[in-house]
Amino acid sequence: MTKILKNSNWFNIVVPMIAVLLGLLVGAIIMLLTGYNPILAYQSILESVFLQPYYTGETIRAIIPLILTGLAVAFAFRTGLFNIGVEGQLLVGWFSAVAVSIMFSGLPKLILLPLAILVSALAGGLWGFIPGLLKARLKVHEVIITIMMNYVALYTTNYLIKHFLYAEGEKTPNIPESASLASTLLSNISQGSRLHWGIIVALLAAVFVWFLLWRTTKGYELRAVGYNPHASRYAGMNVNNNIVLSMVISGALAGVAGSMEGLGTYQYMMINSTFIGIGFNGIAVALLGMNTSIGVIIGATLFAILQTGSITMQSTAGVPTEIVSIIIAVIIFFIGSSYIIRWCLLRLTKGGK
Amino acid sequence: MLLKKKLLALAAVITISGTVLSACGGASSDNGSKKSESKFKVGMVTDTGGVDDKSFNQSAWEGLTTFAKDNKLSAGKANSEVRYLQSNQASDHIPNLNQLVHQNFNLVFATGFTMVEDISKVSSQNPNSQLAIIDSVVTGKDKKPLKNVANITFKEQQGSFLVGVVAGLSTKTNKIGFVGGINSALIKKFENGFKAGVKSVNPKAEIYAQYAGAFDAPDKGQTIASTLYGKGADIIYQSAGATGNGVFTEAKSEKKDGKKVWVIGVDRDQYDQGLPEDVTLTSMVKRVDKAVYDVSKRTKDGDFPGGEVLEYGLKENGVGIAPSTQHLSKDILNKVNDYKQKIIDGSITVPSTDKEYKTFLSTLK
Repeated sequence: MTKILKNSNWFNIVVPMIAVLLGLLVGAIIMLLTGYNPILAYQSILESVFLQPYYTGETIRAIIPLILTGLAVAFAFRTGLFNIGVEGQLLVGWFSAVAVSIMFSGLPKLILLPLAILVSALAGGLWGFIPGLLKARLKVHEVIITIMMNYVALYTTNYLIKHFLYAEGEKTPNIPESASLASTLLSNISQGSRLHWGIIVALLAAVFVWFLLWRTTKGYELRAVGYNPHASRYAGMNVNNNIVLSMVISGALAGVAGSMEGLGTYQYMMINSTFIGIGFNGIAVALLGMNTSIGVIIGATLFAILQTGSITMQSTAGVPTEIVSIIIAVIIFFIGSSYIIRWCLLRLTKGGK
Repeated sequence: MLLKKKLLALAAVITISGTVLSACGGASSDNGSKKSESKFKVGMVTDTGGVDDKSFNQSAWEGLTTFAKDNKLSAGKANSEVRYLQSNQASDHIPNLNQLVHQNFNLVFATGFTMVEDISKVSSQNPNSQLAIIDSVVTGKDKKPLKNVANITFKEQQGSFLVGVVAGLSTKTNKIGFVGGINSALIKKFENGFKAGVKSVNPKAEIYAQYAGAFDAPDKGQTIASTLYGKGADIIYQSAGATGNGVFTEAKSEKKDGKKVWVIGVDRDQYDQGLPEDVTLTSMVKRVDKAVYDVSKRTKDGDFPGGEVLEYGLKENGVGIAPSTQHLSKDILNKVNDYKQKIIDGSITVPSTDKEYKTFLSTLK
């Protein structure tokens, strides 16, 4: 038993699981204290997500952008960078995908759809390139720059929509059918949910990230820079180039997440008065997934379930959506303090010696 | 093994807490399950503002709770016949609307023009549902309103015109301010109606209009108000949701410094919000509650106004001047009533867009 516990892989699975359980438990206590019924609430989440096709569809739909933003954060993190700018990169990606598909609406689907996704990756990549470059050349901390770039992205996209692509209802016009990821088939089997083909894009991205990081020389370099930039430099790697590259790829993944919302879920982009939060949730998803592809997919699934669940919790158990936000925050708190869980586990097992 | 014992203890704790939790659960779920299927059910889906935003959503919810009381329906709890669902983000709109539709609610309101696309999607997927949207008109591909959606709109320009008349007659400095939330067609109706009202009674008055770019930024509202009062304006009309609360904050602090400044409130009677410094001159009320109540009642009586565009103006008492009028003289109130009459009988058409306002100005001369 102790041997297994000492194994770090095992820890990587158990610690997030305990964090999630503790989060749900604290959530239940908060619900009890505020006069709601936690059993009914959690039951309603499970029933809706697993037994009602509509909510299953909506959950998978919510997973799509979360996987991509989670991968974006995880990727940068592997190179030792904390990309808080995923939210902004997502917004510029979203806008670019929608803008391109409206501008070139005459193109056939086979060209337009990949083009729109590609452009969203480029736009997001550019948004990641700037902080990457500043970090590499001038040692400006990426956290500060990316936070600021979020605001630039939010207000720039709002301005562009307002002045160039405005339709009634504070949004852009709808994208043409030829750029849409929406699927009548997927929608029909899930009783009319907004599930779209983007799930394939998201899963491919997860494979891509895994392959790049763990199966290529470049990936090894990127990870080496993350472990120890000084040793990497000594070994002859170009640390600065790797930092820029990592931010660009991270930004591109976030940009694609934006195109999923634009081409799949909404089919347009609205003027956002505040951040939409998918990018910030991506940070939590990456933390929960221990910065691995498979972990990110699991983390994204959990978050999507809670997100869809918050809707049914509200309507069946009367629990306000704010409680779900608290539960998510508590889970993140426990993951952040995984050291404590680790310590407790070790204490527990030491007795068995 | 000690480890085993510890694990056992842990398992026991979990089991016990689980039983306790489920015991509590059993008790409260009994209350909820008592509901008859035949009762009329009406719900609303809010945007991210929630039902305590002191403005639009709150007003709609007040309408529904009054309706619930009058018809002896339960409201606000899980399994109530009258309920609201709050959206945490824009992507929640459709699942929330669907949630109520799937539970066979007889009528579902969407509060706010941000839900136009969402309503049209839900409406086409559920042709038998009865939906309603506030502040917008949902049209299908043929540009006609959808059959199963009631569209509730307001002639905000008419109510704004009346408070404009009040401002034009009350100003001492001949300078008047307007603070808008997001520069959009909807808020332009407030601005142009207001300006037209001011100019009708006081052609010399100067009007400064400024937009905060957000409905939820009281700090920006306060900064803009400070600038406008600094320019010499003594009255500001705000149509900016929570941003407008900042205008009140600024007016109060100016008044404490001995300046005579006023705010004109919006959507609800905001007299209380001006206390204790008493800075609310009057308010332009928009009776979202009344509209929501009317449509619910009509639907309950089997007269769902689907496909109709309901316009609530002065005539329908859908907009107007707030009941708190203690700061207005008899003369001003008489003038207001004159103009109200003229708008109702159609001899004045209040402008709602910038273009209409320009034409309106040229007719004044």
